[in-house]
Amino acid sequence: MKKNNNPSVSMKATGGYQNWGYVFIAPWLVGFLLLQLYPLLSSMFYSFTDFDLLNPPQWAGLRNFVYAFTKDRYFFQSVQVTVTRVLFAVPAKLIFALLVAMLLNCRVRGIGLYRTVFYLPSIFGGSVAIAILWRFLFMREGLVDQFLANFGIAPRDWLGSPDTALFTVSLVTVWEFGSSMVLFLAGLKQVPEELHEAARIDGAGAVQRFFRITFPLLTPVVFFNLIMQVINAFQEFTTPFVITGGGPARSTYLYAMMIYENGFKFLKMGYASALSWLMFLVIILLTALVFKSSPYWVHYSDGGE
Amino acid sequence: MPTKRILRKVLVHLVLIALGLVMIYPLIWLFFGSFKTNREILGGGGLLPEKFLLEGYILGWKNDWQYNFGHFLGNTFRLVVPTVFFSVLSTPLVAYGFARFRFRGHKLLFALMLSTLMLPNTVVIVPRYILFRNFGWLDSYLPFTIPALLATTPFHIFMVYQFIRGLPRELDESAMIDGCGPVRIYCQILLPLLKPVIVSVAVFQFIWSWNDFFNVLIFISSVHKYTLTLGLRMMLDIDAASAWNQIMAMSVVSLLPCALFYFFTQKYFVEGIATTGLKG
Repeated sequence: MKKNNNPSVSMKATGGYQNWGYVFIAPWLVGFLLLQLYPLLSSMFYSFTDFDLLNPPQWAGLRNFVYAFTKDRYFFQSVQVTVTRVLFAVPAKLIFALLVAMLLNCRVRGIGLYRTVFYLPSIFGGSVAIAILWRFLFMREGLVDQFLANFGIAPRDWLGSPDTALFTVSLVTVWEFGSSMVLFLAGLKQVPEELHEAARIDGAGAVQRFFRITFPLLTPVVFFNLIMQVINAFQEFTTPFVITGGGPARSTYLYAMMIYENGFKFLKMGYASALSWLMFLVIILLTALVFKSSPYWVHYSDGGE
Repeated sequence: MPTKRILRKVLVHLVLIALGLVMIYPLIWLFFGSFKTNREILGGGGLLPEKFLLEGYILGWKNDWQYNFGHFLGNTFRLVVPTVFFSVLSTPLVAYGFARFRFRGHKLLFALMLSTLMLPNTVVIVPRYILFRNFGWLDSYLPFTIPALLATTPFHIFMVYQFIRGLPRELDESAMIDGCGPVRIYCQILLPLLKPVIVSVAVFQFIWSWNDFFNVLIFISSVHKYTLTLGLRMMLDIDAASAWNQIMAMSVVSLLPCALFYFFTQKYFVEGIATTGLKG
């Protein structure tokens, strides 16, 4: 962030005036301490306890963590399902969003209308109605099967088979690529046309121009999208919960669902906290990795800050 | 060369139209399906219903439970409207504080605020539940409205913050020279200029709260307080095998306000996303 300091007005430099800032940010400060920082810390505490809400928390040391790694039958299954989902949904969504953004950037007429259409699914987010729609679309002999029959593809049990259920559920995320697309589109508009012209004169083909000019200039947007999408993808809950409830055979038993079940179905608040801290650590680690790797692939036009 | 260019444009249009149709077709299918009979939905057939029947809507709305969908719709508004109102009230205040004042610890607090963008809801949901339980807030809408009042959505703050930074400081300074205090500068100078970005905040907050399922599932327990999303889920559990047209009709009821809201305010959406460069 660049600071917007303006020392020209001397009155502003006086502490009294600047301290008004505290008054204005006060609501956030209370919210941050009470609803974000305290829960984060207390969940760390709960993760070392047995807590069923009815009795006070009992110190359990590392038992919850040991349980997750050695005894919980579903822990590794859930981790595997979640990682698979993240590895499929995030790249698929970002690549798709980038491709569509590039098409929209061709300066065709009616771009506003296209953008409206492509963005529409995104506004429904993790809506229950969309999950219901998905269930209808992918049921046996449903709309998708009917469509695929035109290409001679036999109907299959998309949601009922453990082989395809996770893929089918994750498609919702890809379908909602609109906000990433808008970001890419804004990024693409910043790419100077002259660079492309010059490259074209030098004989660079379209593919070469994409990898040598467009993509490097877009990397800051990709970087940000990547981080936010990974964080969101780890937390996915509603769609699989409503469509498959984690089944069949736990093939869509995502990590967030495991936290939900342990915490709010079995009232194992301590264990659920431990699970959520494990997820948090993984997310921090991944984010740090993306940040650390960014100097090697993220290109800032202003030289970075 | 010109023919080649025209050809390319036509090709781009064709791809975009095909893609758009594939994307949007399921929604259109859901809409028309809600007017079909169950037999018709199961039998495949065309997109348009043989006859437009309101049966799905009438039966689905009434349903056999204690509360009809009108009740859930009312509850949804009771949750969403105050949440949006409080967000709109608190967010510009906080953004103003961060954008225009350099108090001690500004850098740290601002960094903390931004870092909460990356704090997953799933991680704090258990302790928040325990906290709200101690407050006696469970099964009420307070777990939604109070966080909005306390501006705990960093995405909103950052969006307004960026917007304020785009406004010339001379505005504040000349008002200050005229003897205005910070409160008056905020209310009389900045707030009127912030209208577009405040609408963006309202739009995002409305859509998110309207579609929220995870949080209402956890914090709301009695059917009396159920919102549309919980009502839909209950309907799916109870009638999944039989009343498809009813489920589709009520799905349309829950999606339509969002879709309409989006069509009328989409300018603010796209601008909001593009100016912050946030939101995945």
